Amino acid sequence: MRGLRLLCYSFAFLGLLLSPRPGLAEDTIKLAYTDPFSGPFASGGDEFLKNFQYIIARKNAAGGPLGRKYELVPFDDKLQPAEALIALKSMTDQNIPFVMHCTGSNVGSALIDAVSKHNARNPDNRILYLNCGALATELTNEQCDFWHFRFAGSVDMRAAARIKALPPDLKKVYLLNQDYLFGQSIQKDSKKWLAKLRPDIEIVGDELMPFGKVQDFSPYVAKIKASGAQSVVTGNYNRDLNLLIKTAVDAGLDVRFDTFLSHLIGGATAIGSAGENRLTSIMEFNGNVPVDLKVAEAEKFANDWRTSGHDTDFSALNFVTMIDMLTDAINKAGSTDPLKVALALEGMHEKDLVGQETIMRKEDHQLLMPYYAGVFSKDVKYDAEHTGFGWKNFMTASATDLTLPTICKMKRPAE
Amino acid sequence: MKTEKFPLAISAQAITRPGIPRANSTQAWVWTVALVAAIAMPWLFYNYTTHRHSGFVVSMLSQMGMMSVLALSYNMLLGQAGLFSLCHATFFGIGGYATIHFLNLAGDGSFPLPLELIPILSGLAGLGLAIVFGYMATKQRATAFAMITLGIGELMTTAALMFHHFFGGEGGVNSNRMIGHSLFGFKYGPAIQVYYLIVAWTVISALAMLFLTRTPLGRMANASRDNFERVQFMGYDPRIVRFLQFALSGFFAGIGGGLYAITYEIVTFDALAAPLSANALLMAYIGGTAAFGGPILGAVLITLLQSGVSLMSNSWLVYVGVLFISMVIFAPNGIMGLVQAHGPIVRAGRFGRLLVPYVRVIVPGLVMMAGFVGMVELASFLTIGAAQGKTLVLFGSKIDVHAVLPWLAALICLAGGTLWFGVEARSFRRVWDGLMGDLKSQRSAA
Amino acid sequence: MEIVLVSLLNGLVYGMLLFMLASGLTLIFSMMGVLNFAHASVYMIGAYLAFTFSQFLGFFPALIIAPILCGLLGAAIEVWGLRRAHGNGHIAELLFTFGLVFIIQRVVQMIWGMLPMPYRVPPLLDFPLFTFYGAHFPAYRGFMLLISAGMLVATWLLLKKTRVGLIIQAALTQPQMVSALGHNVPRVFTIVFAGGCALAGLAGVIGGNYQTTEPGMADAMGPIVFVVVVFGGLGSLMGCFIASILMGMIQTFAVVINSSLLDLIKPLGVTLTGDNLFTEFMTVPVARIGALLPFALMILILLFRPRGLMGTRDT
Repeated sequence: MRGLRLLCYSFAFLGLLLSPRPGLAEDTIKLAYTDPFSGPFASGGDEFLKNFQYIIARKNAAGGPLGRKYELVPFDDKLQPAEALIALKSMTDQNIPFVMHCTGSNVGSALIDAVSKHNARNPDNRILYLNCGALATELTNEQCDFWHFRFAGSVDMRAAARIKALPPDLKKVYLLNQDYLFGQSIQKDSKKWLAKLRPDIEIVGDELMPFGKVQDFSPYVAKIKASGAQSVVTGNYNRDLNLLIKTAVDAGLDVRFDTFLSHLIGGATAIGSAGENRLTSIMEFNGNVPVDLKVAEAEKFANDWRTSGHDTDFSALNFVTMIDMLTDAINKAGSTDPLKVALALEGMHEKDLVGQETIMRKEDHQLLMPYYAGVFSKDVKYDAEHTGFGWKNFMTASATDLTLPTICKMKRPAE
Repeated sequence: MKTEKFPLAISAQAITRPGIPRANSTQAWVWTVALVAAIAMPWLFYNYTTHRHSGFVVSMLSQMGMMSVLALSYNMLLGQAGLFSLCHATFFGIGGYATIHFLNLAGDGSFPLPLELIPILSGLAGLGLAIVFGYMATKQRATAFAMITLGIGELMTTAALMFHHFFGGEGGVNSNRMIGHSLFGFKYGPAIQVYYLIVAWTVISALAMLFLTRTPLGRMANASRDNFERVQFMGYDPRIVRFLQFALSGFFAGIGGGLYAITYEIVTFDALAAPLSANALLMAYIGGTAAFGGPILGAVLITLLQSGVSLMSNSWLVYVGVLFISMVIFAPNGIMGLVQAHGPIVRAGRFGRLLVPYVRVIVPGLVMMAGFVGMVELASFLTIGAAQGKTLVLFGSKIDVHAVLPWLAALICLAGGTLWFGVEARSFRRVWDGLMGDLKSQRSAA
Repeated sequence: MEIVLVSLLNGLVYGMLLFMLASGLTLIFSMMGVLNFAHASVYMIGAYLAFTFSQFLGFFPALIIAPILCGLLGAAIEVWGLRRAHGNGHIAELLFTFGLVFIIQRVVQMIWGMLPMPYRVPPLLDFPLFTFYGAHFPAYRGFMLLISAGMLVATWLLLKKTRVGLIIQAALTQPQMVSALGHNVPRVFTIVFAGGCALAGLAGVIGGNYQTTEPGMADAMGPIVFVVVVFGGLGSLMGCFIASILMGMIQTFAVVINSSLLDLIKPLGVTLTGDNLFTEFMTVPVARIGALLPFALMILILLFRPRGLMGTRDT
């Protein structure tokens, strides 16, 4: 017995001795990335992380900024502002100059604020916030900040694109949105653009529903039917959207669904054949856009993603634009110092992967970018998530189309 | 669970005269050491070349401070009054929202209150809401109480998302803590200054809550936890006791919320949502609900897990779940319960006899944990992490998840470690029982 | 009139879906006094298992297999986990199930991934059964009603007409006496817990393709099910049934009510100007808060009648 015990101890000790030590770090440019990677909202963070790995691997292979390579450093914020701010502290401790973040305007708002204050209080240890998906319009209006750059369309821009993409013979529309800031913004901006661009459309219903709590959509479907609407314009996403569409189709309701976010991952799988030819969405990109615009390089980029073992489709073109612009800015500034890079970044013009013009507006640090309207259909070259249906492009709103005024009064740092 | 024996014939003096009894000298030592550690900790991680504190460490320590206040206030309900509340974060959040509005008012000059005193207002906000909700919730006890609080929590979270004027919607409300008013002349720009403010308020709140446990209210809360019918027989209305305890715990939770608002300068609906209430429960329970200082320990541990480990592993929720379940089954009195169980042995000066058995138990325990962590991380990497393009780094070395060796090593550590641990645990148990038996016979012989 | 009848039908179907989920929980809750937080997680596992099996064996075999597996899982949880926590009090048991929620969610994410599963209604049942005021009533919903009613009848028969059921009922209120009479009460507990989990699994099989099968589905369904069980009362299956139907109706009818508190007092000549919190609060139409009404109702009933609608014991 004692011998056995001795043996076990030696084994444990040996294991400790033999475990190798970490090697030295290479000279990379670190890109911090924070999003939820655990808990119920982990699917978004998981997908975007893979997107970034894909984009950065290619960028590094093609020659990174200043001849160095990018290194992605993920931080799990669990969709909680406090956690994101603690992670921010860890990033600034490591002198990481850039942080990217794509999910949740609650975290986005907290980051803008925290980065701004940190940079003001610690001018020798600054960090730049690259926003790839927190969409609240306020973030580049009331809350705009010099150290924040948004590389995704705001709610206002998307609403403009959404209304532009409504069919000309549409006369009656039902607005249904989630009852929190994002859904309320979509509601407000949809009404604004309807009044501006399509005064001929009658809004026969305007409803807010509790976010994430509705289990049964039949009463909403009944209301939509009773209103005589031809289309439901909704900013709902995930469960709130999937159930709505399924219930409506099951009930035999013949309406269009003109959505903002049904192209998010998981949407196509959950909706399936129920969405055929009646579901449209406004998106940054999908695999069929380069087919239409005849840009072979972009088509290959998206297809390589599909064939390299991913069950989803590449739709994050704005991430590519973000990394491209960042690289150009670093090269132009000649350093990774956030102030110099920010000055180089603002006002930058860049052609995105499909050759469309995008502009990082200096006034509010909002990227002016095109949006594409797609209809869920079988008649496509590339389907979505192996469902047999894909997004067929039917309208392009260019960056110029979506250049909207801003009320941003940006405080600039002393240069 | 500690129970105070309450014979029917009670000396009037004992109930009517509150007092802080003479502190037990060991306890006083422990608290002093903890306080010194809290004050000194940031300097252990100070970077002497760049003359900068580690922002991450200060941030974590600040978070531990406010979570300690939250957990202690939660324990006023769970441990001391036997009330299982599922909406405690509501009062933390309201304290936070109120504070952020006060900061905004103070910032633009209409409300010149020094920053150090603002947590009092946060507490009052929490108290106000707790009085309103407590009036309803404390009508019942046990599971009915828990379900009422569940309903309240859900309603408040949805209200916070729906109504903009006070809650600011999804983006929350933000402010600037550098309001220019201070009792001691600090600017509170640097995080380290805020940290010491948090330490000060944590100490004040903890002392206040400790004092409360020695008052008649505190004692009656314990009594109504243990036997509420008996309390009625003694002439106290357990409902009033519950109500007062609930209201006061809301006050302290509000203080915690105020510290949150001052630290992060932004409050969103997450500050009153269910996950934070669940955290409060976790912290109080894992730390130990029976001892006063238990929740503080729990707060430290959970913050380390949630904000520290989660940055190293995306499976940290599994570790939390397993830790929780192990605690529930093997150590229902929490970590403090385990520590306190050593009390008689230490006092009899026999602790030395346990040192070797402890080493014998801890080593296989570590091997077992390493094996478990290895298995979870390997499985998680295989299914999720690999596609994310990461490389698996376990215990400092890169691992190829498709090779057999890492899996084998983890499996052996887990299986072997568990068996070995089982053997050692049984022999530890024998030593422990022997010691306790000796002590008992000594006591009865004395 | 149309809106009333349509809402009645919709409310009934939704209520039956709630009952499917809540019946298992009320059994466990009534028996062991444990509010099983992991109940919705077992529902999720049932849905995922049904998806996996239906891919190889078809929907109907999965309908049998998945609940059985969930029942076995429940038995394992009870024997190796819950039983040990039982000695440490009610709160310990509750917290144990709480810890399970985290673990199950991560395990599901690891095994099946983070995206929704394409778990679809079987083609055999995917057609409109009849048309009601212009809206189709899908046959699958009819199937759901059937299964739900079947669950109610079967559970009621089991509890009231079989010997095991009588022992279970007795152990509901007098566990010590039943044990003194020589019955193996711990085994009865295991059977009940396993049965409750099997019911949850069955609900998952049916609900998973009706709704969506994804790792977040437990968090979405969890709270409302607790509300139903508590509202219905401890120890009463009929109470649970009535509560489910009631909650279903209330949520459904609320959506069609577009008036707010302000509309109530408008006839008194009150107008609200100003853009503040109070105005916001008063102008909220009932339709916006429909999903919250069950929680408010639960609070109300607990305040005045803590044993719930038809409970036989105090909660």
